[in-house]
Amino acid sequence: MPQYMTFQPKPYRPRMSAYWYLDQWHYLRYALRESSSFFVAYFCVITLIQIAALKAGPTHYAHFQALMRCPVVIVVNAFALIFILLHAVTWFLLVPRVALRQMLNKPTPDLIASAPNFMVWFGATVIVALFILGVF
Amino acid sequence: MADTIILEVERFHPERDTEPSYQSFEVPLRADWMVLDALNYIKDQLDGSLTFRWSCRMGICGSCGMMINGVPKLTCETLLTNFAPGPVRVGPLDHFPVVKDLVVEMDDFMAKLQKVRPWIVRKDDFEPQREFIQTPAQLEAFHQFSLCINCTLCYAACPVSGLDSNFIGPAAIALAHRYNLDSRDQGQEDRLDIISQHEGIWDCTVVGECSVVCPKGVDPSLAIQQYKLTATKEWFKSFLLPRGKN
Repeated sequence: MPQYMTFQPKPYRPRMSAYWYLDQWHYLRYALRESSSFFVAYFCVITLIQIAALKAGPTHYAHFQALMRCPVVIVVNAFALIFILLHAVTWFLLVPRVALRQMLNKPTPDLIASAPNFMVWFGATVIVALFILGVF
Repeated sequence: MADTIILEVERFHPERDTEPSYQSFEVPLRADWMVLDALNYIKDQLDGSLTFRWSCRMGICGSCGMMINGVPKLTCETLLTNFAPGPVRVGPLDHFPVVKDLVVEMDDFMAKLQKVRPWIVRKDDFEPQREFIQTPAQLEAFHQFSLCINCTLCYAACPVSGLDSNFIGPAAIALAHRYNLDSRDQGQEDRLDIISQHEGIWDCTVVGECSVVCPKGVDPSLAIQQYKLTATKEWFKSFLLPRGKN
């Protein structure tokens, strides 16, 4: 029987706080980015309601427009738009970097990889804006 | 600039404490000192019981990774003056069990690393008679991921690692990816079976901090996202051509 005690470590196992995303700015930025998906879904629902109103006739569409002009809805939509922009920008920064690297099998500078997406996005925005302004 | 700086060091004695606490030490603030030098000063001059790992002192061995003011860093390449006038809070790497003071248990990481087979796997009886020649392009494909020193800072930075202990984690996946991209390797299929599990690549939610904190410029987040593309392509191939491999 050995006279010594064998080493039996009792390591301390830390538990993560439920508010871990508030510890550092980059974690909070990540949490905001992930929660932006909620606002993407919100705009999808708004678009579906708009299409349904359009299909239902002029009276329904006028109701829909009146609802959209309500100050509370404008504030909510403005807030949602900020999150949508965050969602889009982070997506455009991430996806091409991964996809291009996969296709070309060599690193591509982030700016070059993302630039085409932003250019297409900007072009599409201009076309939609011109439609809304009645240029076409 | 003050002559001294306060280091708040996390202390934990496994046979005495139920949870860690902080102890403050006043150390000289020298322009050429790294945080590791300050810890060695404490151990040599103030409290010999302070326990921490270190070896090469030049950012190669990866053993001196710790949380410095909440951010995982190699203490041997983090200047103490960056934190003047202080205090500087030094703790063990997050998301690992603490053995004593600043030393963490690496067993779980080592098991995960072994699981992904981070070595060259050959399926044939290939016995090289000379060097296996690779083109610069073939080397470039995996070189970045081969720089990983297993310091596990990426695990400490990854909240998914902290929330899900089954997650294989950034470094292990990056190293698996490194061998998949190697033209000499034939083990991609074996690794994919392990890494395309939920606790592999699909657990990653692209926080991206693993790539930010890496002291060697490896991009584990990129490796994981590339692996997701590969796994998706393989799934589609097996779905569309279920007998394709036979």
